[in-house]
Amino acid sequence: MTVLSTETLPVVSESDIVNVRRSVRESAARLGFSLVDQTKVVTAASELARNTLIHGKGGQMELITLNGPRTGLRLSFQDRGPGIADIQLALRDGFTTGSGLGLGLGGAKRLVNEFEINSRVGEGTTITVTRWK
Amino acid sequence: MEKIPILRMGEFLLVTIQVDMHDRLAMTLQDDLTNRISQTGAKGVLIDISSLEIVDSFIGRMLGNIASMSRVLDAETVVVGMQPAVAITLVELGMSLTGVRTALNVDAGMELLRNSIDAQKDFLYDSPVH
Repeated sequence: MTVLSTETLPVVSESDIVNVRRSVRESAARLGFSLVDQTKVVTAASELARNTLIHGKGGQMELITLNGPRTGLRLSFQDRGPGIADIQLALRDGFTTGSGLGLGLGGAKRLVNEFEINSRVGEGTTITVTRWK
Repeated sequence: MEKIPILRMGEFLLVTIQVDMHDRLAMTLQDDLTNRISQTGAKGVLIDISSLEIVDSFIGRMLGNIASMSRVLDAETVVVGMQPAVAITLVELGMSLTGVRTALNVDAGMELLRNSIDAQKDFLYDSPVH
């Protein structure tokens, strides 16, 4: 697998969520994603960035474009927040510790091809998703 | 502070969302719109989202909230112009916008609002009084 580019964006304010959406959209378009696939990966990024901001108390997103043998976009959201105690529960639709609908994690997972979550209570959470072209 | 304009057209309010909204802007719109409905006595709200490139769970929830709040204030809400890619993504995300009426474009949305308001008036004025 060849890494075409890597970029790191802060996720510490609401306007960073807008920036994340814009950068992910630009990269997906540059890689030649269809409009529907662009929309899916941008929406997933928006959900995950909001999780990083609200539940992870802020962090960053690494944006990696991949090429050969497959073209894809990999997004890694990293925070040093409280961590997730029960990942299975957090992934379930309707489960929320905040004031949202609880669709963020489970919904984002459905919008990408690969979804990996690493979390340690008290240390932080890293969620890495990949959408292939 | 940045705000989304709310236009008054007769007994309707029209909102065209043209920017990529950050979360606080979406919350402000929700508050502004409920205030305007109560000030103007508007009977319908049209929200044009044809420029929106994504609707995530936060924006989806805002649309649902606006629909519920306006219903309580005796106004109907119709969301118009959703892009097909946005609709596909929204359903996959798990949001079906239950309780939010939709139409393909502003014209269709306006007609939907007029019909439902006319139906209400008919019901009020044509009911036999005995």
